[in-house]
Amino acid sequence: MAITESDVRHVAMLARLALTNEQVGTLTVELDSLLGHIDELRRLDLEGVEPTAHPLAMTNRTRADVVRPGLSREDALRNAPETDGTAFVVPAITGGEDAS
Amino acid sequence: MSTLDLSALSARQVRDGIVAGDHSAREVADAAYARVEALDDRVHAFLQLTPELAYEAADRVDAARAAGDPLPPLAGVPAGLKDNMNLIGTRTTCGSRMLENHESVYDCTAVRRLLDAGALPIGKCNMDEFAFGSSTENSAFGPTRNPWDLDRVPGGSSGGSAACVAAGMTSISLGSDTGGSIRQPGALTGTVALKPTYGRVSRYGIVAFGSSLDQIGPFGTSVEDVALALEAIAGEDPMDATSSPEPIAPYGSLLEGSVAGLRVGLVTDMLEMEGCGREIRASVAAAAETFASLGAEVGEVDLPSAKHGLSAYYVIGPAEASSNLARFDGIRYGLRVPDAEDVTDLYARSRAEGFGPETIRRIMLGTYALSAGYYDAYYGQAQKARTRIIEDFRSAFERFDVLLTPTTPEVAFPFGEKSDPFTMYLNDVYTIPVNLAGNCAISVPSGVCPGTGLPIGLQIIGDHFAEVTILRAAAAFEAATGFDPVPPTVRALA
Repeated sequence: MAITESDVRHVAMLARLALTNEQVGTLTVELDSLLGHIDELRRLDLEGVEPTAHPLAMTNRTRADVVRPGLSREDALRNAPETDGTAFVVPAITGGEDAS
Repeated sequence: MSTLDLSALSARQVRDGIVAGDHSAREVADAAYARVEALDDRVHAFLQLTPELAYEAADRVDAARAAGDPLPPLAGVPAGLKDNMNLIGTRTTCGSRMLENHESVYDCTAVRRLLDAGALPIGKCNMDEFAFGSSTENSAFGPTRNPWDLDRVPGGSSGGSAACVAAGMTSISLGSDTGGSIRQPGALTGTVALKPTYGRVSRYGIVAFGSSLDQIGPFGTSVEDVALALEAIAGEDPMDATSSPEPIAPYGSLLEGSVAGLRVGLVTDMLEMEGCGREIRASVAAAAETFASLGAEVGEVDLPSAKHGLSAYYVIGPAEASSNLARFDGIRYGLRVPDAEDVTDLYARSRAEGFGPETIRRIMLGTYALSAGYYDAYYGQAQKARTRIIEDFRSAFERFDVLLTPTTPEVAFPFGEKSDPFTMYLNDVYTIPVNLAGNCAISVPSGVCPGTGLPIGLQIIGDHFAEVTILRAAAAFEAATGFDPVPPTVRALA
């Protein structure tokens, strides 16, 4: 199978992890080894077996559609790295300064 | 200086002593913190101590007793809480730099219920970062040491929760178990450790790892204490739609009774797996004989698909974890790097800085397994293998009431011994299939290893919601073996 550094960089992009070159090198070796250990999965004959997403036979369970208390704004913002007191502050997402 | 020794008292005795007026809840809290003071600079079971909360709880218990009010079932019982469980008034770090300063803004249901039953929250327990690990070596704040041998790991990921009970700093504690993270440290520290059936205990307020696998459960020094703690925390919760409406039982009062006629299945093919220590095999075989001598009907059974559990788990667990940990993005909580160029840069650099190596490894593995082109080969196959494992357990429970395996293939190992990730993962080979199938299982000490004197754990597995059956079997086994749960570091204090 042989996972490559370019695979690792692609997955790191998907996972939003800014890895150093050194980390990419280490993870290439480690992931290749781990995937080797679990490669038996790909060879198992499981044709026709139903997949299990959840261990218990639970059907959709809904609660009554009634308003109930939730987190206050203050609590919701309490651990945020940056707020303006009413909302989370993030870097501009579209178009930079012209878009504001 | 306190005269109380928590190592000499069960949780029930702590409460009964308060009822009888032998000691106050305040004195119990004093005893807990005295033991922390004496040992925790070496053991490092706690990331944070919460004396304000503990003494507040103790004063409520003492005031209730003074007023002649009935005391709740865990009144004055000191408890440790794994640091992935939210409790207002504490930080909840998950053993990660990412959440180093995270203040809880709501309570985990299981924790709330434990405290409503009168328990004293002594502190928040160390753990492998985000519960990824089997040794606590992955904690960003340094490992916990095993009270049986300070040069060895206590197991993980709930290593702090196991160690604080083993060291007599608390009577009970809560941990969480996704692939063995309660039972494996239970086995390595000579404590009793229960993973309830998936859905038996609410997951609300625990920081999610693998949402189809995670369960909260208790540690104690006796089966009865674990049963009492389960009784306090179990049951449906409107805040967790996967918590089960299945009725709960008065677990702590149902332990008496004979195991004569109990159908006990020794899982032979798992016992013969490569890597299982000779002493461990001997201990489990002896446990089967003990059950036979108590009148149980002991037979042999195979779980042929369980050997694929580890592979299936190392796809499903990381896949679910990579989704759950996507929430740590430096926006709403957690670490945030300064001077980001744009929002993607902010996410990617904050995550790379906040997460440790094992967390990054799991996120990468899970993201890979879910990515285009690999989904069917890994995640799809793992889900089908999971079905096969569930079918194995189902047919085994048609013939048997409980199944016996070792909890771990070996006893507590020295720090640094398992630097290769997969070697570490192998420690959970016996516990993982139970999470995949959603069953309940308890680890109960079955003796110590000749030579090292380190504890060995027996895993007793039950069908879905058969907690009463496994607790009763564990209580009978405990009474027949007479394990002494006090480790040498504690003995040396006397």
